[in-house]
Amino acid sequence: MAKNGEKQQATGTPELVFGGVWKYDPAPESTEHFTIAPRYELFVGGEWKAPKTGKYFATIDPATEKPLSEVALAGDKDVDAAVKAAQKAFPAWSKLSGEDRGRYLFRIARILLERAREFACLETLDNGKPIKETRDVDVPLAAQHFFYHAGWADKLDLLFPGQTPEPLGVIGQVIPWNFPLLMAAWKIAPALAAGNCVVLKPAETSPLTALRLCEVFQQAGLPAGVVNIITGDGKTGAALVRHPGLAKVAFTGSTEVGKEIQRAVAGRGIELTLELGGKAAHLVFEDAAIDQAVEGVVRGIFFNQGHVCCAGSRLLVQESVHDLFVQKLQRRMARIRVGNPMDKNTDMGAIHSAAQLARIRELVAAGVEGGANLHQSACELPKKGFWFPPSLFTEVAMSHRIAREEVFGPVLAVLTFRTPEEAVEKANNTSYGLSAGIWTDKGARILWLAERMKAGVVWNNTYNRFDAASPFGGYKESGFGREGGRQGLRAYVRLAGGLLPG
Amino acid sequence: MPHSLSPVEFRVPPVCAVALETRAADLATRSLKKQAKLQGLRLAIAMMDLTTLEGMDSPGKVRQLCQKAMRPLPQRSDVPSCAAVCVYPDLVETAVEALRGSTVQVASVATGFPAGRTDRATKLREVQLAVAAGATEIDMVIDRGAFLSGRYGKVYDEICAVKEACGAAHLKVILETGELKTYDNIRRACRIALLAGGDFLKTSTGKVTPASTLPVVLLMLEAARDHYLETGRIVGVKAAGGIRTSKDALRYLVLVNETCGDLWMTPQWFRFGASSLLNDVLLQLEKDRTGRYQRPVDFSAD
Repeated sequence: MAKNGEKQQATGTPELVFGGVWKYDPAPESTEHFTIAPRYELFVGGEWKAPKTGKYFATIDPATEKPLSEVALAGDKDVDAAVKAAQKAFPAWSKLSGEDRGRYLFRIARILLERAREFACLETLDNGKPIKETRDVDVPLAAQHFFYHAGWADKLDLLFPGQTPEPLGVIGQVIPWNFPLLMAAWKIAPALAAGNCVVLKPAETSPLTALRLCEVFQQAGLPAGVVNIITGDGKTGAALVRHPGLAKVAFTGSTEVGKEIQRAVAGRGIELTLELGGKAAHLVFEDAAIDQAVEGVVRGIFFNQGHVCCAGSRLLVQESVHDLFVQKLQRRMARIRVGNPMDKNTDMGAIHSAAQLARIRELVAAGVEGGANLHQSACELPKKGFWFPPSLFTEVAMSHRIAREEVFGPVLAVLTFRTPEEAVEKANNTSYGLSAGIWTDKGARILWLAERMKAGVVWNNTYNRFDAASPFGGYKESGFGREGGRQGLRAYVRLAGGLLPG
Repeated sequence: MPHSLSPVEFRVPPVCAVALETRAADLATRSLKKQAKLQGLRLAIAMMDLTTLEGMDSPGKVRQLCQKAMRPLPQRSDVPSCAAVCVYPDLVETAVEALRGSTVQVASVATGFPAGRTDRATKLREVQLAVAAGATEIDMVIDRGAFLSGRYGKVYDEICAVKEACGAAHLKVILETGELKTYDNIRRACRIALLAGGDFLKTSTGKVTPASTLPVVLLMLEAARDHYLETGRIVGVKAAGGIRTSKDALRYLVLVNETCGDLWMTPQWFRFGASSLLNDVLLQLEKDRTGRYQRPVDFSAD
């Protein structure tokens, strides 16, 4: 081995060698502990009901393109039935004491953790994300959201002193495919804690964990109709948000659809929160902890295949360390293990859908055409399924599409800056404003920057860290309203005047 | 001996503790199955510096250890010998005698191990004696007092002097990371040892808690990796102290495999300093071969 090193030394630039000595055997997570039904119906009024459309559609494993199951396609009548079921449940649920509502939420959280392995596997199969992430991030965080909001259910009056928080009514919720279970938890937990009832539509391509969550609700004895889950396509979602029985719409997804929803909701006098796209700037200063910043940037853009609304997709690195940083980043990218999402050693899984893969390819082609320099790690990709290697662009101009549009994939655009002022200007020069990251060793600079970043979340010397207690949401075309924390609960209550203290 | 460097040479990039520990914890979740596990365990044995550093060490004890290092499991020919036996200087001769004809190296701690609180002449004399007695590897301790009071030049000069006294023997520089406390300090100590010509960066004496930890070794591997990329010189890393289980050993190997890569995946450039680790690795290997766990008494207590 040392001879290898010496030889390289003799021939010129030293370079590292990987993967020739110790290869890891496949370590697939077992799937024998649970089953997937061949067909799922709609969960309305606490029962499984066949759709009035009589139609079903398949959901597939993006890593293999094999169908996993088929789910019901809800039409207008099904949407109406679901909203009516929620309306029917609302009087009793909203009058239940906070303590009792909290008890249900605690029970849901506990059952979710007891069945964590099953949920992690199912999420990985239906979504394509690695089991490492569903096991360590998605499922524990989803449970944490139920635990967290369970704790607030009987303390709402402490959140809004001097005012009386009242539930809104029936909430229509539409969630995306990138964190199917976690987004369901983000939406359902605060709504229920505040005494609302819910009709939720999971994404067309990743409905299975939300449907399994209905089993948890049944197991927890949640009263019928408090949560209704209807599957379908874009039309189902559109029918839901247009339904006159709703008191609020909460949506997480693309900016394009978000704008449509805002139009549909306009003038109806109901509440709306939107959590939309992003094009986050990730700032690296020359005094940063460089090796750890590399880790942060990798976590920022390659976590969940880059299918993250707050992904750090624009790297702004100080010009003085640009070359060194990019070199280190490229070496690190080559270590990302891409492949079977069910393998416990996989770092990056499959792209979620053929449509998303086409979108990523289109934007990457536009980057190459625009003259940016594309670097992709040389990993072997499986033949079947949807795959894209970890990619980064250097020589990117602020005007390039890859610097302005949300790719929603494992593609990083690297830009440079010279001064903190320039960094702020470039970071804010986007129509989005969801998140940002800062890597510097200077505490004062962190505060100076955080004040100036037009982003709902600013991570300092870390990235993509989430907590139920921390509010999440954006500026500008990234939407409005916050999820998580006390601010998140505010979006699920009406504040009546109430009695002044004393 | 090179002249003392200017303090600016010892500057290092800052280390972010949270992100470093996150990365180490992430790599610790790697799941090693079947052949990969067996290969890793055998490699761990081949990388082991079987160590005894007690006041009660005796020639008899050292001879026992040497036997174990040469043939860790005499009935199994597929179990490799250890890399070295590590002893105090006065027992080097005994070890050399016992290991004659084998591939196992004799390592000796020196320089007033473990505290290093003695004058430089005495430290160098100790190194010379150990080398003269036949030690092919010297494990020195750095002057933590000088380091923590900012006298980096003194630390550097001393490593240079010891390196010179080592002659052909390999020099492992023990940073005693448990006393340096911060990752920034550890990163700087790595830099000093690398510049001064140390052949190995070693975490600990084993006499201070905490000894070796995954984040510390990850940091040292990054330092060794960057030094190689800058200069073309490979410097090894030795994780010593507190590593007791096969699982631990495999986790360290994953750090090496994914940080420095193939060039370091050899006993020449990565070592474990341990005394109780070997029997646990043997227990796992035998479990895999026979399908059941053996009794602890089936493995020799040395």
